Amino acid sequence: MVKELVCVACPIGCMMSVEMNRKKEVVSVTGNTCKRGEQYAKDECTNPVRMLTTTIKVNGGSLPVVPVKTSVPIPKGKMFECMAEINNQVVDAPIKTGEVLICNICDTGADIVATNEV
Amino acid sequence: MMKYDLVVVGGGPAGMAAALKAKECGVKKIIILERSETLGGILEQCIHTGFGLHYFGQELSGPEYAYRFIKELEKTDIDVKVDTMVTEIQPGNVVIATNNVDGMLRINATAIILAMGCRERPRGALDMPGSRASGIMTAGTAQKYVNINGYMPGKKIVILGSGDIGLIMARRMTLEGAKVEMVCELMPYSGGLTRNIVQCLDDLGIPLKLSCTVIKTHGIGRLEGVTVANVDENRRPIPGTEQFVECDTLLLSVGLIPENELTRMAGIIIDPVTNGAIVDEYRQTSRSGVFACGNVLQVHDLVDYVTEESQIAGEGAAKYILSKGKSKGGKSRNGKDIHVKAKDGVRYVVPQNINRSTDRDVKVYFRVSDIYKDTYVVVTSGDKELYRKKKRKLAPGEMENVTVKLEDIACLESNEITVKLEVGKNG
Ligand SMILES: Cc1cc2nc3c(=O)[nH]c(=O)nc-3n(C[C@H](O)[C@H](O)[C@H](O)COP(=O)(O)OP(=O)(O)OC[C@H]3O[C@@H](n4cnc5c(N)ncnc54)[C@H](O)[C@@H]3O)c2cc1C
Ligand code: SF4
Repeated sequence: MVKELVCVACPIGCMMSVEMNRKKEVVSVTGNTCKRGEQYAKDECTNPVRMLTTTIKVNGGSLPVVPVKTSVPIPKGKMFECMAEINNQVVDAPIKTGEVLICNICDTGADIVATNEV
Repeated sequence: MMKYDLVVVGGGPAGMAAALKAKECGVKKIIILERSETLGGILEQCIHTGFGLHYFGQELSGPEYAYRFIKELEKTDIDVKVDTMVTEIQPGNVVIATNNVDGMLRINATAIILAMGCRERPRGALDMPGSRASGIMTAGTAQKYVNINGYMPGKKIVILGSGDIGLIMARRMTLEGAKVEMVCELMPYSGGLTRNIVQCLDDLGIPLKLSCTVIKTHGIGRLEGVTVANVDENRRPIPGTEQFVECDTLLLSVGLIPENELTRMAGIIIDPVTNGAIVDEYRQTSRSGVFACGNVLQVHDLVDYVTEESQIAGEGAAKYILSKGKSKGGKSRNGKDIHVKAKDGVRYVVPQNINRSTDRDVKVYFRVSDIYKDTYVVVTSGDKELYRKKKRKLAPGEMENVTVKLEDIACLESNEITVKLEVGKNG
């Protein structure tokens, strides 16, 4: 079976063809420009993951929220669970870029990391 | 009057990259003038990731991408003035700016780099009857509310236009608990990156309605809903397809316009298609010593390309400054310049001119005017074919590029290079 897929690993968005066997294992990937595309195609066909980016409320900062991201992509189905957890938290200023604000969010293995300073 | 070798107008990714490159090339006195409180430009509110994968080999958020350049700037002696608005570029390359500390500034510049970015097309640019209810705003304004001020502007949302900011905001508002009813796109295809359609709409089950528009807004005080309708091939609403959609917020993502008031005032020639200046391969405009890069020159979807383009402008400005203004303007000179033309499905090209005596390969950026599948991108000059490559898919929302080789430029017989599309034989 061949599946047509757009790589979303970066904004270039290469069109890829993924060939899978009967056991739904990926046999070959074509059309990608770089290695990340191949990895993305494999993940997307077995366990789709996404980076989650949002904001966390901040106490006593120059702005009311600080932008954050997951340290690694998380399973697509866990996005809303993670959002609920993040929206439950308030962190104290000052916060530096790269600071870990929540460890291992919802057991995904990903940390929530600040992407700006407040 | 202050004197600088190089004045950079705008401290977004374009301005920062251009200034850093010029410094690296040996320019001594450089100043960046930025209207906002901070450097970083639009990136500060783009908290999603997807920046810098090609430039840094990492997937960064907007602020992280900007931060790397801000840190680099801090290591140099480049001067920065924030909260400073440039109001005019006078003949002789004199830059006029104002701020609360210095009042009015007059800066004498050997070279100027324009990096003012772009702004969103406002509601006024659309022909949409209805009440003046609150709850109608551009997607970028909503992005600022949510990501910087931590405030959600609505709960039930309709988005008009499928530009990238609209798509990004569809996901952002959904993640924050709002219901995005639909994204309406006037054209039969989306203007945004495919990546964003997959990640921001498909992932979350948000419908994208193509060939569809908002024809009326309802509500007094606060928006209560919109009427949407399908459109025909001439983009006119089809009677009988009207549908009322309840919503408290309408986000507009209907295009970006390069911010070229300063450029126009300075009498620099503007390309009617890109709405940016006409430039040569070093991004020099029709005015000698004035360069342009980033979204003010052409609307980019990838910041990596903005950085690349701005480094070219920075290098060009440095060459100009170090040879004390001997290099020439982007305007046609003695008929010896090579004009780059867009044809057959190619909507525009940047740069529009190449100096015949250039010292580099020239990457020509372009956009296509429709969706094309299995199509060749062809570059010709006179009867000579310089380049041919098959593309599986070309879309107006994605900027493409081809490289014209230095050795080809040096021995061109014609004064023209044409970039065009040719539909594949079995496509
Ligand atoms: C919502 C959105 C999402 C995006 N998503 C992605 C993505 O996922 N991946 C990616 O790679 N790229 C993305 N981009 C594209 C990329 O971020 C932009 O193309 C890039 O930021 C443009 O840089 P710039 O420096 O040209 O403009 P800007 O960032 O707009 O900077 C221009 C600066 O000039 C200043 N200025 C303007 N006029 C004056 C004046 N008269 N005097 C002084 N200063 C002035 C402004 O205040 C501003 O700071 C996105 C863009 C937007 C808008
Ligand atoms: S294959 Fe590589 S270049 Fe192409 S979209 Fe994926 S990450 Fe980007």
